[in-house]
Amino acid sequence: MILALVIGALVTGAVYLLLQKDRLRVIIGFVLLSHAVNLLFFAAGGIDRRGEPLGSDPDPAVTADPLPQAFVLTAIVIAFAITIYLLVLAVTGSPDEDADAEGAPADAKDAPAVAKGAPVDDPRTPDRKEVDR
Amino acid sequence: MTSTLLPLFVAVPLLAAGVAAFAGRRYRWPSVLLLVVLGALTAGSAALVAVTSGGAVFAAALGGWPGGVAIPFVADVFSALVMTVASGLTLVSCWFALVSGTGRHPLFAPLVLVLISGVNGALLTADLFNLFVFIEVMLLPSYGLLVLARKGTGTLRSVVGSRLYVTFNLFVSTVFLAGVALVYGTAGTVNLAELSAAAAESDLTAAAVAVCLFALAMKAAVVPVHGWLARAYPSTSPAVTAMFSALHTKVAIYAIYRIYAVVFEGDEQWLWIGVALFSATMVVGVLGAIGETRMRSILAFHMVSQIGYILLGVALFTPLGLAAGIFYLLHHMIVKSSLFLSAGAIETRYGTDVLSDLRNRVGREPVLTVVFGVAALSLAGLPPFSGFFAKLMLITGAVEAGQVAAAVIALVVSLITLMSMLKIFNAVFAPTVTGSFRREDRLVAETPPTSLRLVAPGAVLAAVTLALGLGAQGLFDLATVAAAGLIDTTDYVKAVLP
Repeated sequence: MILALVIGALVTGAVYLLLQKDRLRVIIGFVLLSHAVNLLFFAAGGIDRRGEPLGSDPDPAVTADPLPQAFVLTAIVIAFAITIYLLVLAVTGSPDEDADAEGAPADAKDAPAVAKGAPVDDPRTPDRKEVDR
Repeated sequence: MTSTLLPLFVAVPLLAAGVAAFAGRRYRWPSVLLLVVLGALTAGSAALVAVTSGGAVFAAALGGWPGGVAIPFVADVFSALVMTVASGLTLVSCWFALVSGTGRHPLFAPLVLVLISGVNGALLTADLFNLFVFIEVMLLPSYGLLVLARKGTGTLRSVVGSRLYVTFNLFVSTVFLAGVALVYGTAGTVNLAELSAAAAESDLTAAAVAVCLFALAMKAAVVPVHGWLARAYPSTSPAVTAMFSALHTKVAIYAIYRIYAVVFEGDEQWLWIGVALFSATMVVGVLGAIGETRMRSILAFHMVSQIGYILLGVALFTPLGLAAGIFYLLHHMIVKSSLFLSAGAIETRYGTDVLSDLRNRVGREPVLTVVFGVAALSLAGLPPFSGFFAKLMLITGAVEAGQVAAAVIALVVSLITLMSMLKIFNAVFAPTVTGSFRREDRLVAETPPTSLRLVAPGAVLAAVTLALGLGAQGLFDLATVAAAGLIDTTDYVKAVLP
């Protein structure tokens, strides 16, 4: 029950942050969302059995399910890599080219305007700026 | 023997990527390595088509664990066909990338090699979690390729497109992962073969797999979640757009076909959702293209529309409908890449793909006109090109399955597609007036045409669509075998769980 409530709280926070205009908040929203999914994996594996799945003859009645843990480890690595890349993208280029370009496909337009620099010119103009790598 | 070789489709490009990453600042030998590996993958996948064409299924259980625990790699004629076309198109796109300059970057070869390794893995795996991992392996290098440019040639637009693309894909991947967690919680396994027919046994598992399917549909750019594709794809370099159009959404489409066939066994109860969504995708995609003013944006919206056609095959779930959908998938990958490559040739030569800028600037382009015209007519579905056969079979299948409304929509959308192609054609290729007395017109007419080296990759693919149109029966027979494998999944399940 507590696990379900924590997942719910994380998703709530994530949805709120994803709908923000600020890029950093969106990224933190993704961090929360991936934590929520990781906890969901633990919930899927069952949390009543807590014994370590190690040793020569572990008793399946008390040992924890190792598969969700392996899943979560993999998922953490992937989410971490993409979060770092998102942070790089957040500081590359000009501060605010396009309101729609950030956030999930959710309606970024309806999000309250966060204090930001004035919008610069239309991104469609081929602004030759060096973004090598 | 064939089974044990399957993991090589993932391992070889990964290994080559590792080797190519040591290139430092050079790009020549990694490029050669890239082309050789892609050629070998294409040949290997074609050989796989040959051995599976009778309906045989090969499976490898990696790690020596028993079936159900081991990491499963499975190949049947469906996955082999998609893999062949995907590797072949990546090869052609890389050829164009090297000619046009995008590929002359030391990181281009390693990134593409990891990308194709992820694509092959996603097409071969029979495990939902591994599917997630391989899709991520495919996406991570894509994020790099989106902004990859030689020093001083990158554009701000590609960063904006990349932001949208990365955020969207991270979100959808997380939703997919949540779906996998729910599947594990309700069914206790994520192995596709063990999940076979699980939807009929448990409503909870069906709902959990539906979460995965909806996430995959978002990745395939099904309406209403199509805006990301139409905005992110045109923002990168033309060669990369062509490559992505052949790979990313198509992997998601393949997974939808596979998962719905194995887990739901084509349950008729839910097919109406597919018919409604995919018909809407056809219409919205083609209407979205009307308002666009750039060549590649128009083509990207048409891609959304065509995805509706491809997925209509799985929403019909009849032998003819599935075979038509698979044929359409292969035809579409080839034609779309050809169109993007032709548009890329124009863009590389004249520096823009905005239609109003290109009007009265493009000189006489006899070869490119024919190449673009062939691919455009094939996209719209005119004989004798492969698009005609694909549409004919799909519409016949829809009428046979009783989905007359979807068939009518498909016909009307084809007409609008044709008009949209004419819009590009009129703006870019038609207006050169040779006999005009105006000095500007004469100057434009005397502009030397785009070099044949840039036109050749698109021309090869245009020739393929013509060949597939004239010899459609051969490929359609293979698609029929693939469709039979989706309708009766016992062989697939038996191969994974011996």
